[in-house]
Amino acid sequence: MNIGTQLNLRATVAEIPLDEIDVSDPALFQNDTIGAYFERLRREEPVHFRKDGKYGSFWSITRFNDIVEVDKNHAAFSSDAKYGGITIWDRGMYRQNFLNMDPPRHDDYRKVVSPIVAPENLAKLEGFIRSRAIEILESLPLNQTFDWVEHVSRNLTTQMLATLFDFPYEERHLLPYWSDIAIVDVNAGTSVTSEQERERQLQPCYDYFARLWNERVSKGTGNDLVSMLAHSEAARTMTQDELRGTIILLIIGGNDTTRNSITGGLLALNQNPGEYQKLRENPGLIPNMVSEIIRWQTPLSHMRRTAVMDTVIGGKQIRAGEKVVMWYLSGNRDNGVIQDADQFRIDRKNARHHLSFGFGIHRCVGNRLAELQLRILWEEIMRRYSFIEVMGQPVRTYSNFVHGFESLPVRIHK
Amino acid sequence: MIKIKYVEANGTEHRVQAEAGASVMEVAVANNIPGIDADCGGLCACGTCHVYIDPPWFETMPSPKHDELEMLNFAAGAEQTSRLSCQIRLGEGHDGIVVRMPAGQH
Repeated sequence: MNIGTQLNLRATVAEIPLDEIDVSDPALFQNDTIGAYFERLRREEPVHFRKDGKYGSFWSITRFNDIVEVDKNHAAFSSDAKYGGITIWDRGMYRQNFLNMDPPRHDDYRKVVSPIVAPENLAKLEGFIRSRAIEILESLPLNQTFDWVEHVSRNLTTQMLATLFDFPYEERHLLPYWSDIAIVDVNAGTSVTSEQERERQLQPCYDYFARLWNERVSKGTGNDLVSMLAHSEAARTMTQDELRGTIILLIIGGNDTTRNSITGGLLALNQNPGEYQKLRENPGLIPNMVSEIIRWQTPLSHMRRTAVMDTVIGGKQIRAGEKVVMWYLSGNRDNGVIQDADQFRIDRKNARHHLSFGFGIHRCVGNRLAELQLRILWEEIMRRYSFIEVMGQPVRTYSNFVHGFESLPVRIHK
Repeated sequence: MIKIKYVEANGTEHRVQAEAGASVMEVAVANNIPGIDADCGGLCACGTCHVYIDPPWFETMPSPKHDELEMLNFAAGAEQTSRLSCQIRLGEGHDGIVVRMPAGQH
């Protein structure tokens, strides 16, 4: 977006009556104008109520510190599926998993899977990720335009996920396929037009994992996620729906998010050639850049809670029963906390201080694995290619939840 | 001034001095000591400044509050002497304190 377009957009947004602003409209994310709406809310109405929006009535929390306050206060702001779970849309057929549970059940279930991303396991995964990243990068065509999302972002994260699940390697394409079905907005124009249809299309996924589960229950304990779940104390008390919900959560969590940060980072470097040049001159900036990319992209735009008691946030009275949306994408642009938040700077100080992983007990369990994947990928990119050029406009996802890309045309210059 | 010894998981030691009133996390970050990430910047909201406090100092500290215990509950490698270093304010009684870091911060 050039400066003129940005100013026009700001003027347009400034004329909309505050109570008519609906930041839940997925079209605003798809056409990448959402930032102007959040900018106005942060300035004029940082805790904003929208009555009868596209996804019902809801509070928007748009400033960094207010978001942390809500995220930490799970006693007042529930994640439980029975109130609507963790996304702005109320899914009638929501499956329970540890993300849309409150303590104490949340704690037990989360602890089953968290060892897979503990420090010792990450150290083991590093060599594997590097060899896969090298393999992918070496296979890319030179001097011709191709889709970065499909060939790199999706490819690498799928291989990673297949490894974590010990999923049959030749069928690994099923994982992002199911992930997309599980998360797509029913109005996005795909074949998933209702929650019933979503469940129907996910049935093969449930069947597939039930088969893996049965195989691994009878085997000894393994280090993959399915075996860890199958042999866990917690799984004995899980219902079938909870098991399915947990599998789906792990597929989505390990898939869309890192995929879109891989794409978003390359786009940001192209939009900021000075930063790309800094990277060429000093690849030692990569670990810091990874945090900045994750802030900049904010691969999940929001997390939702439901107030279960009356609480005041940012001076506004929120009542029990109301829907509360923490817009991480907005908080990550809050100049009150992050200096020059609308600038992408790979050498930013305190780059780790961002909202993309959430805070509190639901903080992203795979955060260090995501960082590891991005770091290794960029180390290997910089060893090989001086410039990966974005050749056209990205196609962005129609979603107010997954903040990402369908495609990004690029060309490699050696 | 209070003397602090930070010990990385690989055994590397860092000796620094700090004024009373700073947190164990703030002193580590200000001195660029690796092994304490402190993603949330001291809000007790992420668990990435997890450390082990050597006895006898551990015994002298006020008990952790509820939100600190919640984050420690999910910290990889948490033990009896685990604390979040952002929640420990240094006082004169802490002179000579030894702080050990875990293998990773999650």
